[in-house]
Amino acid sequence: MNVADLTGLTIAELQPLLRQREVSPREVLAALQSRINQVEPQIDAYLSLDFQDAYRQADQADVNLPLGGVPIAIKDIICMAGQPCTCASKILRNYKAVYDATVIRKLRDAGAIPFGKTNMDEFAMGASTENSSVKLTRNPWDPSRVPGGSSGGSAAAVAAGMAFGALGTDTGGSIRQPAALCGVVGMKPTYGRVSRYGVVAFASSLDQVGPLTKTVQDAAIIMNAIAGPDSLDSTCLKEPIPDYTSNLEGDLNGVRLGLPKEYLANGIDPQVRMAIERAVTEFRSLGAEVLDISLPHTQYAIASYYMIASAEASANLARFDGVRYGYRAENPQNLFDHYARTRAEGFGPEVKRRIILGTYVLSAGYYEAYYAQAQKVRTLIRRDFANAFETVDALISPTSPGLAFPIGERNADPLQMYLADIFTNAANLAGICGISVPCGFAATETGTQLPIGLQLLGKTLDERRILRIAHAYEQSTQWHKRRPPLDKSTHP
Amino acid sequence: MPEANQIDVGRVAKLARLGLSEEERRLFQGQLERVLEHASKLRGLDTSDVQPAAHAVPVFNIFREDEPRLALTSDEALRNAPRQANDLFIVPKVIE
Repeated sequence: MNVADLTGLTIAELQPLLRQREVSPREVLAALQSRINQVEPQIDAYLSLDFQDAYRQADQADVNLPLGGVPIAIKDIICMAGQPCTCASKILRNYKAVYDATVIRKLRDAGAIPFGKTNMDEFAMGASTENSSVKLTRNPWDPSRVPGGSSGGSAAAVAAGMAFGALGTDTGGSIRQPAALCGVVGMKPTYGRVSRYGVVAFASSLDQVGPLTKTVQDAAIIMNAIAGPDSLDSTCLKEPIPDYTSNLEGDLNGVRLGLPKEYLANGIDPQVRMAIERAVTEFRSLGAEVLDISLPHTQYAIASYYMIASAEASANLARFDGVRYGYRAENPQNLFDHYARTRAEGFGPEVKRRIILGTYVLSAGYYEAYYAQAQKVRTLIRRDFANAFETVDALISPTSPGLAFPIGERNADPLQMYLADIFTNAANLAGICGISVPCGFAATETGTQLPIGLQLLGKTLDERRILRIAHAYEQSTQWHKRRPPLDKSTHP
Repeated sequence: MPEANQIDVGRVAKLARLGLSEEERRLFQGQLERVLEHASKLRGLDTSDVQPAAHAVPVFNIFREDEPRLALTSDEALRNAPRQANDLFIVPKVIE
């Protein structure tokens, strides 16, 4: 096999080649290195790449393990001992992790090679990766557009063949939305299904780690490695993990899918709407029943989410005080000045906005009106999903109301950027699992093709079911086989 | 109940120990007023009988054995310090 072709393979396709010794982990890594050298200058998906460390891991890899010898890219918010962990923030620019996050340890235990830290919105706050303090990541399908976010580097790396799979984090859609905008698969597990130990905290009651991959089967393979209880994260659920890769095959006879009417109401790009309508037809032809359902509190989800997420962020980011790690301002006049200037110089604008918003909604006189009320609405949103799952097995919707947007288009108005999370952040509030799979392409005025994502939402700990439904849909379509036209494109 | 949009960005930034330039303060004031205006729709919902949800998937009474385990060494804990000496974090003098 041509070594250059290796980077186009899925994890499931790569594994037998490694196990039968047709390729070595070192050759796989060399192919990836060559692909990165060729494509990364156009995309800028990575913040750091330690090839020396990766080759050392490759030479020790046990290919008989579930992910033996497979390199996996890691969002730069997850700690890997000895490697930078910057959260794309100036305040952590020189920070190197001193221990492995649980998900990294689990990947290593499964034989994987965690390699390459991917770009993101600073502290995972954003939906376009434009809030990175380091650089812009470009969408592999159209380099004038954003890859989505906040896990935009992970999504772009997988889409561009610069990673076989990647980890991201999803607080309000940060795995699913960039997966949709880059034409790959992205899964947000149930809250508590995957350990958050060693993951820099943004909003602790919402954050989850999950995979971004080329196929649903690959997402299941990574879920097998990273899911499960962890004594180092007390919110991690103790329920045993199933084999997510088993039971993927089969038709959808007897499966009941709900189409939330509020999610198709308005503000959706017409090409996205058409793709979802075509997907509904496809699901029916696979044997599923598709029913209209209602999630009546949908219109409150964004407000509830941004109150809660910002409140938690303002508390979590209080640790960045310039004392024990991270950036420190020079020559402070006094203690207040030390804190205020360290944080003023270390954080970017979106992070500052969220800290202020969060501090405000938690402050005396406003707590009840905003934060406590948002938590009550969170209960109502959870009830909406619980009621829906009384009649259906899973929900389908667009992942994002729009397509990958031009770089710079939404920077001026934070509220417009927040509204882009409308279909994803309710799942974080409710803690349920979700997955985005490619479901079509839209043509742009400039003649490029942009991927569209379909979101499936499942009840708590029902990852296996939505993986099966997503796999059945994916295998009955050809969308996941398309690759971005990078080899033909020129540098923007 | 306080009115929506009554945020004083300069005051809140002080509470958060966050320095802002005058330009940032003005920009954020307008942007956050719009975000809070959107959020004010939350108050239109009657939630008098609704309990707040602090967590998505609540779990309670998580215990483990109180066994000693390896933690960071002082060398590891100090590795990312802006300044350190004698196994200590060195901070600016804050007492006059």
